[in-house]
Amino acid sequence: MDAALIPEGAKRCSFPKFMLGIAIVGAVLLWGVYAMLLCWFKGLNQTNMNDYYGFALWIWADLAVIAVGGGAFFTGLLKYIFKVDELKNIINFAVIIGFICYSSALLILAIDIGQPLRGWFIFWHANVHSMLTEVAFCLSAYFAVLTIEFIPNVLENRQLNKVPFFHHLAHNMHGVMAIFAATGAFLSFFHQGSLGGVAGVLYGRPFAVREGLLIWPWTFFLFTWSAAAFGPCFTLLVTRITEAVTGKKLVKDNVVHLLAKISGWMIFTYIIAKIIDTIYWATVTAPSLGFELSHFYTGNSFYGYWILITEVIICGLIPGLLLINKSTRENPTLRLVAIILGVIGVSLNRWVMVLQVMAVPVMPFDTWALYIPSWQEVATTILPVAYGIILIAVTYRYLPVFPQERELNQSKAQES
Amino acid sequence: MIQDKKAHMFGMVIDLDKCTGCGSCTVSCMAENNIPFKEDESNKKDSLTWMRVYKVSNGKSFPDTQTAYLPRPCQHCGGKGDHGHSPCVTVCPATATDYGYDTGIVSQIYTRCFGCRYCMAACPYHARYFNWWDPVWPEGMEKYLSPNVSPRMRGVVEKCSFCYHRYQLAREQAYYNETDEIAEDAYQTACTTACPAGAIIFGDLNNPSHKIHQIVKPDPHPDPLNHDVVRKSRNPKVFRLLERLGTNPKVYYMSEREWIRKLGDSYLNGEWEKVKNHYGSASHD
Repeated sequence: MDAALIPEGAKRCSFPKFMLGIAIVGAVLLWGVYAMLLCWFKGLNQTNMNDYYGFALWIWADLAVIAVGGGAFFTGLLKYIFKVDELKNIINFAVIIGFICYSSALLILAIDIGQPLRGWFIFWHANVHSMLTEVAFCLSAYFAVLTIEFIPNVLENRQLNKVPFFHHLAHNMHGVMAIFAATGAFLSFFHQGSLGGVAGVLYGRPFAVREGLLIWPWTFFLFTWSAAAFGPCFTLLVTRITEAVTGKKLVKDNVVHLLAKISGWMIFTYIIAKIIDTIYWATVTAPSLGFELSHFYTGNSFYGYWILITEVIICGLIPGLLLINKSTRENPTLRLVAIILGVIGVSLNRWVMVLQVMAVPVMPFDTWALYIPSWQEVATTILPVAYGIILIAVTYRYLPVFPQERELNQSKAQES
Repeated sequence: MIQDKKAHMFGMVIDLDKCTGCGSCTVSCMAENNIPFKEDESNKKDSLTWMRVYKVSNGKSFPDTQTAYLPRPCQHCGGKGDHGHSPCVTVCPATATDYGYDTGIVSQIYTRCFGCRYCMAACPYHARYFNWWDPVWPEGMEKYLSPNVSPRMRGVVEKCSFCYHRYQLAREQAYYNETDEIAEDAYQTACTTACPAGAIIFGDLNNPSHKIHQIVKPDPHPDPLNHDVVRKSRNPKVFRLLERLGTNPKVYYMSEREWIRKLGDSYLNGEWEKVKNHYGSASHD
């Protein structure tokens, strides 16, 4: 039915089967849209946020998707600026994942603010001292860059590519993509960093506050570093999931090994910096404000030392070591374990830097505040996941996302 | 036009030994500032209480138990070094909260706030409140709303303003009287005037003739132990909440009881004994 749109030589499932899959995920998406409309029309009383938890599940989701979406800018930087040519075989997919992550982040922000119609005030009445202002500007600008990076891939659709203008436009855009990759890396450095700065500048919150360099707290650099380190893990994880769902090999092992190796070294160096930061904060920063480390990890029913160990050791140091070691990196199972742990680790870091910050009591007579999200919050957080699955399904079906797909599946196609 | 010779720095001192926890300050604040309320106010984590009264205890068992009540309005922080970079002001992305260098008051511009709640995350005192619901009053009660204070809409943050509209009225009165002085009794917050025990004292910390100045005796120099801290009280009985963070609040507390003063901040083991007798920089007494 839609054979004319499918990339030449590529094999796809039947259209009804495809639509059935889209319908199932679409139902989840509609559930999220319903919750989103409830939040917009009835207000944020639909959530379980409160005056202790002004930032909650959504801000975590926002930070997490931006962190894991960091694979787009970092892969682009490696491919176009550092000329790591093998990565051309995964860059399209990295860009699509980044596009999904960043559009989701913008959507979540639009739901999260109390007066969505005033969202533009952040640009119009911008306070240049606020980390959130920097986030808004760089995030929007980088989303525009991602859109530009995504367009050539869209124009390579079999039918669109027949139009000479689109064909030449796509070709020429590929030619100047290095400029956009460099712009994207620059913008990402600042918005990933300023998202870290959002927590690090809170000098009224001893759990979050960090010293730093000039106006930037250490969390600024740690967030950028961790996004560059763990972002490729997410790209590899989604590639692996796509391979499992489609039943095809889509990217050659040498490309996967290379990206995994780079990611591994980035994670390993990041986690050393993170450990140094944690030790300095625990032994110098927090005590200078009258707080012992135990204050942040005891006296409540959820946030214990386990979360620190899980984030830094189990989901930080271990995946780093697994990915820098050749034998474990090239073992598919151990590599998968490493990239899953990595994605969990960076998400946990964002959770800690948003929700634990809110939970810890600061005034000596105050108490820990714990929170469970409402179904509306959960549904609107799942909404971008459903949207991402649909966009990946559609782009995979109709666009030449994986340049090596044909070659890797030729024998299979011939057999069938 | 009134030309103030020196900037004001309005502040408050609350005598915790006088406070009975009656809640008059909270009620008067809500009435004065058109603060709406929910049918069920039992969940204090999402109700609007610009002036919240905390019950604190010395943590000892009977018969040594002691309790006290600690009213907590917005602390109107001057920020590190008292330069006006309050924790909430610096983070607001839309400049919807501002520091008044002529008054020391941290304002909230409701019509500019778009409800990101970053300021709430920044405030360690939980003094900022979000309008989770539309403001609704029981039928007929809307007729009692103050015409001097704009009600806030759903989706924006609000907080204690030190009854700023009263300051504006006092300024207008001074202008009418052709004077450039705002008398101490001409500008008093609602909670101050409502407190039956006289536990709240409000005035200009920069004006030596004001009672608050005489009680607090603010040290104009940075604390030698922590240069972020300015205006530390030189009265041994007076303290501020979380002073060590360098937020430099303009709300001071007073108590004869040491356990209450210790409760104002966090201390490592043995630290309190070392610092409890340090009241501002002695060289400037």
